[in-house]
Amino acid sequence: MSSLSLPLPATARRAASGKRTAFGKIILNEARLTWRRPIGLIGGIGIPVVLLVIFGNLPSFQEHVASFGGLTPFDAYVPILAVFAVAMLAVLGLPIPLTTYRELGVLRRLSTTPVPPSWLLTAQGLIQLCIAVAGVLVIVVTSITVFAAPAPASYGGIVLSVLLSAAGLFPIGLMIAAIARTANAASVIGRLVFFPMMFFAGLWLPRALMPAVLLDISNYTPLGAAVQAIQSSMLQGFPPTAPLLVLAGYAVVFGFLAKRFFRWE
Amino acid sequence: MGVLGGATGGRLAVLPSRSRPAVEITHLRKTYGELVAVDDISFSVAEGEIFGILGPNGAGKTTTVECAIGLRSPDSGTSRLLGLDPQTDQNEIHEVVGVQLQASALPAKLKVGEILDLYRSFYREPADVAELTEALGLASKRNDYYKSLSGGQRQRLSVALALIGRPKVAVLDEMTTGLDPRARRDAWELIEGIRQRGVTILLVTHFMEEAERLCDRVALIDGGRVIALDTPAGLAARTQGGKSVRFLPSSSFDPGLLVELPEVTGVERDGQHVTVMGTGDLVNAVILALAGAGVTARDVQLGSSSLEDAFVRLTGSHSDKEGAVA
Repeated sequence: MSSLSLPLPATARRAASGKRTAFGKIILNEARLTWRRPIGLIGGIGIPVVLLVIFGNLPSFQEHVASFGGLTPFDAYVPILAVFAVAMLAVLGLPIPLTTYRELGVLRRLSTTPVPPSWLLTAQGLIQLCIAVAGVLVIVVTSITVFAAPAPASYGGIVLSVLLSAAGLFPIGLMIAAIARTANAASVIGRLVFFPMMFFAGLWLPRALMPAVLLDISNYTPLGAAVQAIQSSMLQGFPPTAPLLVLAGYAVVFGFLAKRFFRWE
Repeated sequence: MGVLGGATGGRLAVLPSRSRPAVEITHLRKTYGELVAVDDISFSVAEGEIFGILGPNGAGKTTTVECAIGLRSPDSGTSRLLGLDPQTDQNEIHEVVGVQLQASALPAKLKVGEILDLYRSFYREPADVAELTEALGLASKRNDYYKSLSGGQRQRLSVALALIGRPKVAVLDEMTTGLDPRARRDAWELIEGIRQRGVTILLVTHFMEEAERLCDRVALIDGGRVIALDTPAGLAARTQGGKSVRFLPSSSFDPGLLVELPEVTGVERDGQHVTVMGTGDLVNAVILALAGAGVTARDVQLGSSSLEDAFVRLTGSHSDKEGAVA
């Protein structure tokens, strides 16, 4: 049968600008939803900032400790809390709305309109990334201005480390959205993934205090690598290649898996 | 004219609209593993028609519609929407077909106006939001959150989203399921309003009354096949000869008196009442025969067999289906 999709040169340009408007509106509505139900803002910015303020007010956290390589515990915790923000938004902030939309039939409804449901996924990814970046920014800036932490050795290193961390972690969030049938399931799986990952990031036992075996494992976990990269950027300079490669590896593997297994309905 | 109406002028006017069916489905077949959802379904819907797809749960109604709009690809058979192939002309199909899918909700914390504004931005020639909300009785709800809407209002919003691109064909799947009778009647008036604007409607339902009231023609689907296709009245008449008379006799009489009449196909007694089924000039024949025996009929009620009778008759060969119908 012949196809009847007739091109429309006269309206093509209008259509292109219309598509941009549509994506802008999707972003706007997702931002509204994020603001009206600010779980992501609380988990991604609120909790790590509260922890930062508590740690900043503990006198013992301000003393230089030999076993921390001469760092103060506070300084050791700044990158951990930065990674907390990114991880929270990646493994909980991203999959919960996506599974909610799938559960509600929003993705299915979109697939009957000229706008593909992948746009909603992209919009959610961008919004969660923005919150994550804002979270990192608030943590780093507060640590320097309020708690007199040293200024980062490499700003470029931090930006690269945070973006690579997001690139490695967001596909894990998508994979959670692929596995979970409901938003509740996504929230449970997200937490089951988040807390062990945070352990290897050093939330309970900073990497400087980890025994060699744990540290080796930590180096190959996404959050261990992320903390390593961000900490190096803050204290020494541009981060070493190893943690960046680990993060890139997670991005590729989970990016592939998420693309393969994500279901729109 | 025009809020709910199809986009005028332009690309789809290339073919003469009269000669082309709005929807044409031929020998559609779709299986999910072992399960044959659609066995062999063919029908054609004229432009401007309200076409009903009626059948018990699991009959293959939704799968048929999903294949028709390109949400699923059939194993075999073809479907055309306004001459477009849903498998290859997705972009065009999405512009000209508005779909209201079964059981699909929206985010609780978005406002009605925000949702409409969003979906409006997806289309090249969208309807005017103010006019659309006015027509659907949602004008006063534009600042309300989705979660605060009643079931009927949510359904109307869902229909509004199906119409906001000014489609030429609207697909409404189980749109009144879960609504209270009042909201259902409102929805029916709404559909009649849409039709008056020249939109072709594909209405999936398992409510007989809905199909009877709204549809120009109905395809009765069971077990993945079309088991009957006719006007609602035609379907009803086809099954039982169509008529019934129920009355209270003034005194007892021999039912054989009525059974032997050529117009009568059956006589039933429930309590004091007698119901006579048959065709032709049934009422006169029955009254005359009773009068001849000195019996008068009081409390006379006339009925014509409904689509529901047809439905039960045609799909009822397996009795378990009746539960699904109710």
